Amino acid sequence: MPNHIISMRDFSRDEIDAILNRVKQFEPIARGKRSDLLSGKLLATLFYEPSTRTRLSFETAMKRLGGEVINLGALEASSVAKGETLADTIRVIGNYADAIVLRHPREGAARMAAEYSKIPIINAGDGAGHHPTQTLLDLYTIMRESNLSGLKIAIVGDLKYGRTVHSLAYALSLYHADMTLISPKQLAMPDTIKKDLKKQGAIISETSNIEDVIGDVDVLYVTRIQKERFPDPAEYQKVAGSYRITEELLKFARENLIIMHPLPRVDEIDPAVDRTRYARYFEQSFYGVPVRMALLAMAMEAV
Amino acid sequence: MTEINETDNPDNSSIKREMRVRRIKHGTVIDHITAGQALNVLRILGISGTTRAVVTVAMNVPSGVIGMKDIVKVEDRELEEEEVDRISLIAPNATINIIRDFGVIEKFRVDLPERLEGVVKCGNPNCISNTSEPVISKFLVNKKPVELRCIYCDHVISEGIAEHLI
Repeated sequence: MPNHIISMRDFSRDEIDAILNRVKQFEPIARGKRSDLLSGKLLATLFYEPSTRTRLSFETAMKRLGGEVINLGALEASSVAKGETLADTIRVIGNYADAIVLRHPREGAARMAAEYSKIPIINAGDGAGHHPTQTLLDLYTIMRESNLSGLKIAIVGDLKYGRTVHSLAYALSLYHADMTLISPKQLAMPDTIKKDLKKQGAIISETSNIEDVIGDVDVLYVTRIQKERFPDPAEYQKVAGSYRITEELLKFARENLIIMHPLPRVDEIDPAVDRTRYARYFEQSFYGVPVRMALLAMAMEAV
Repeated sequence: MTEINETDNPDNSSIKREMRVRRIKHGTVIDHITAGQALNVLRILGISGTTRAVVTVAMNVPSGVIGMKDIVKVEDRELEEEEVDRISLIAPNATINIIRDFGVIEKFRVDLPERLEGVVKCGNPNCISNTSEPVISKFLVNKKPVELRCIYCDHVISEGIAEHLI
C-alpha cells in the first residue's frame, strides 16, 4: 500500500517521533542548499479549496528537493466543473504523478481518495477534518523551540471549528501534554473531542481568561476567531478583543514562553508582539517546508 | 404475516411464552429483541414489503429476562451470523435460533462486529460518504458503550443509531 498521510490518528507516538527526527536534515535544503533527492519525481497538488500557505510550502518543498509539480489549474476550467467525481480524478492523476497533495472541502475526502489511489495521498486539509501536515509542523516547532515532553500549553481561539486545533490536541495527547483550552463559550471544544483526548492521556483544563495561565505555560498557541461564526458583528468584536495577545499581557509570561499561530492572523496577535522574544509564528511557518520535505521524501520512498 | 396465536391458559407461563407466536418449520427466530426495535431489525435484514419470505413479528411481548421484548421469525431462510451481527446495534441482547423441522439446530447470541460497512449513514452532512462519490459508509465500532466512529470524517454516532440505518 502507498504511504498515505491522512490523519494523525493513523500514527503512533513512535512513528511521529521518527518523522520529527528526520526533519532537521531538511532544514538546510529548505534554506536553499541544493538537493536532487526527488529529482525525476512529479507531485500533483489538487486544491479544491483556496490555500496559499499550504500549497506554496508543498511546492517549495518539492522544488527545492529537485522535483516537479503539476496542479489542477483553475477549478472552474477543470474536469471538476464538468462534474467528475474525486474518485475518478484521483485514478486519472494516479497514472501521471508520483504523489498527490489533496485539499478538499468535504471531511473524509482524503481517506476516500486513498482508497482509490495507487500513489501516496497527502492530506492538506479535508473540510473541518484533518490537517496532519500542519500538526506535524506544529509539533516540530514545539520540539525545536520549546520541549515536547512535560509540555504545558494553552490553546486559544476557535476550538470548536478549528481543524488545526483538533489534530494538534489529539497529537499532544499522545505526549500527555497539560493543555489549557481558552475560548469564548460558543467556540469551546466539543465534549466528544475532550473525552477522546482525556482517554489518550491528556490533562485538560478550561478557562476563558488568558491572564489565568499566561504565567504558567511553555507554549501559547493562538488561532484565528472567524468573524463568520458570529451572527452578531458586535458580539464578534467583543469576543475577538478579549483574546488579543499584547505586549502588556506578556509582562506576566514565563521567560521561555513561545507564541505560535498557524497563520494567517487577523488581529489576535498585536504586531508589536512580533518583536518580542516570545514570537515564533514565522519560524513555525518556515518549518512547514522542511516538515513537508520529510513527508514528501517518505511518501515517495526516497528516504 | 402469519397468524399470532394468543394462549388463553394464564396458569402456564412457559406454554404462554412458547405459544404466543406460532412455531415455524424451517427458518430463523430472532428472540430477545429490545422492545420496539423489531421493525428496525427487519430494516437491517433488508426485509421490506416486497420481500417474499413469510415473516412474523411480535412486539412488546412480556419477557422474564428483559421485561418486554420483540420477536421476529423469518421462515425458510437461515440467516448468516454476519448478517445478524448488525442487529446488535439496536438489540444487543438478541438471540438467534436456526430452526429445521420445528427443532432448534443452532442457537447463538448476536455479537457486534468491529467494523460496519454500508449499514449506517454518517450523521455528518459534510462527510464525503454523504456525497455522490462512489463510497460506502464505514464505521469502527466501540462495543461498550455502543459508539460508531466514521472512518472517513471521525464523526461519532452514540445515540439514536436506529435513525441512521440506511
